[in-house]
Amino acid sequence: MFKILEKYSLAPQIHYCLVEAPLIARKAKAGQFVIVRVREQGERIPLTIADFDRDKGTIILVFQSLGKTTCLFSQMKAGDNLLDLLGPQGNPTEIENYGHTVVIGGGIGIAPVYPLARSLKEAGNKVSSIIGFRGKEYVFWEDKMRSVSNDLLIATNDGSYGKKGFVTDVLKELMNSDEKIDRVFAIGPAIMMKAVSDMTKVSNIPTIVSLNSSMVCGMGMCGACRVSVGGKTKFTCMDGPDFDGHQVDFEELMKRLDTYKQEEISCKG
Amino acid sequence: MAIEKKAVLMREKPVKERIKNFNEVPLGYSQEEAIQEASRCLQCVKKPCIEGCPVRIEIPAFIKALKEKDFQKAIDIIHRDDSLPAMTGRVCPQEEQCQVCCVVKKTGDAISIGRLERFLADWDLENRKIGKHSKPKTDPLKNIKIAVVGSGPAGLTCAAELAKKGYLVTVFEGYHRLGGVLVYGIPEFRLPKDMVASEIELLKESGVKFVTNVLIGRALTIEELFKEGFKAVFIGAGAGLPNFMGLPGENLNGIYSANEFLTRVNLMKAYKFPEFDTPVKRGKKVAVVGGGNVAMDSARTALRLGAEHVYLIYRRSEKEMPARVEEVIRAREEGIDFRLLTNPVRYIGDTNGFVKQVECLKMELGLPDSSGRQSPVPIKGSEFLIDVDQVVVAIGNTPNPILSRTTPGLKVKKRGEIEADDSGRTSMPGVFAGGDIVTGSATVITAMGAGRKSAQAIVDYLK
Repeated sequence: MFKILEKYSLAPQIHYCLVEAPLIARKAKAGQFVIVRVREQGERIPLTIADFDRDKGTIILVFQSLGKTTCLFSQMKAGDNLLDLLGPQGNPTEIENYGHTVVIGGGIGIAPVYPLARSLKEAGNKVSSIIGFRGKEYVFWEDKMRSVSNDLLIATNDGSYGKKGFVTDVLKELMNSDEKIDRVFAIGPAIMMKAVSDMTKVSNIPTIVSLNSSMVCGMGMCGACRVSVGGKTKFTCMDGPDFDGHQVDFEELMKRLDTYKQEEISCKG
Repeated sequence: MAIEKKAVLMREKPVKERIKNFNEVPLGYSQEEAIQEASRCLQCVKKPCIEGCPVRIEIPAFIKALKEKDFQKAIDIIHRDDSLPAMTGRVCPQEEQCQVCCVVKKTGDAISIGRLERFLADWDLENRKIGKHSKPKTDPLKNIKIAVVGSGPAGLTCAAELAKKGYLVTVFEGYHRLGGVLVYGIPEFRLPKDMVASEIELLKESGVKFVTNVLIGRALTIEELFKEGFKAVFIGAGAGLPNFMGLPGENLNGIYSANEFLTRVNLMKAYKFPEFDTPVKRGKKVAVVGGGNVAMDSARTALRLGAEHVYLIYRRSEKEMPARVEEVIRAREEGIDFRLLTNPVRYIGDTNGFVKQVECLKMELGLPDSSGRQSPVPIKGSEFLIDVDQVVVAIGNTPNPILSRTTPGLKVKKRGEIEADDSGRTSMPGVFAGGDIVTGSATVITAMGAGRKSAQAIVDYLK
């Protein structure tokens, strides 16, 4: 059992959860994820590790309540226990001093972008961060992101905070400026990662995306998370979750993410 | 007295009833039936059946005790060599192992050793439910810790053997539930999951510790296990990585590896969705690709999920099928449509990315290949389409590479199998391996045999 130490809402439908998981905290690195199960009849869902504290033996999960499991999870309180927690899974993000890196987070993707930006900054990169939300009420972790970024740029779809538009609009401006971009990291909805990758491909800027495939086992045994990268089938859980954004077949990924759309609706009802 | 030539049949659920649910199909022997079948054993001097058993159960001795109605003695004899008789009695290919050597087979049916084993194991489990069973006997405890990686048949057997000898064994499992392929792979209708749980309970009683949700290679490495004081490590992590054929369209929605399909249904209980949260597609026209036991399990599972038509697509002929004969018979009885000498070449999807057709080629048998079986050769121009809305690819597994990728110094072969000798010794001192992670996909009992051999090798190593 994995005790929930702290839990609160960051924004509408977005939840923060601090969990006691010493073994996972000891090994966790930016880019890795856990598999969570909340109840005996529960499914296994992947959640990216938003942060970790090796000394305290805790990890932070930030999630959006959308499906059955995240809805159940959102109703849990401090003192409750997560039934199962497996991790850290997946390969850590490769951190080097690339020079000028642009880190892009969309919606729930802002949570995993935070330890990534921090690691990149620690490695000596100049970090420009772009974070995007639906509107002002959805904004979270602005201060945290600012503390690990050289520049922080915010976009909201409705223009209620920061720049009006998508993260790609901000990225475009940045790409049009004089400053060279050495590498882009994007974490967020598949459609956002696709848009970013399409844009950077033209200018040939290496772009790493962290895929959010649906999973069952999370350890390379089932292939539910398979994705085409450069024409080859890869398992997100074992070969990723980071991939070269220019090689990922996002169309296929997005279709696969909709596999159980019908079942998800019946689950809520 | 003349020996009855015919074996006592095991009653089965009728086809019409069984294809509607996931309950076990064979019903097992009654006491009378078991004793009657046991009476057919000649108690011959040569005992060839023992030679045929990968874990060397003293088969004639347990059959004798059974015949004399001393069921406790009979199950105790089995337990000396086989820690999981309720499993092996059900899923061992006895017809290729102990029973193939049976002397009685020369004049009639071989003794139904597997059914007798199953009878005794079930009798024992029933007794355990009411607390009527003898505690497992173990040697005095030694203060020596041994780690076992994986809780499938190889790991459980190795753990059981070492616990008997007084070692402090901890089994690490990545999944949230114990049993490995016994719980995620083999369906309920062939191996009830409460049986697996009961067998594991008995191991807990004998002192084995179990840790779930820890994947060795991620949360902990082999090296760290030694640092934490474990003196030896047995790797029984299985062959968990599902193979695909690399065909166009293979990642369309509705196309599953057998591992994913069976894991959703067995481990995650998707057949009880929405009571359980994990969904699975319930195809109306399902194609299963492959000819092994896993393919049979997948086809029969699809049927039980409500499929109207299940095709089994296999590139060779029935003779070359690696599945057990009785599984093939049951699949046929249940109406699975065998499309032999047929091979898929591509999948065609609808606009939403769901599979709607599979294109196949007709095959013919050519020269024998490295496996000794005639290799299938495509017949040019024989392409044809089958309408499907779900596909399960059951063409085998290779070892999961996570462990070897994170264990420098552990030698592996080309396809990821860990290099180990007959006793399970690997290239790293104190590290042993056995089961599918060494051999590639095989059977429950060969994995158990390997677990047992490694246990002995570990004892020798620690001396």
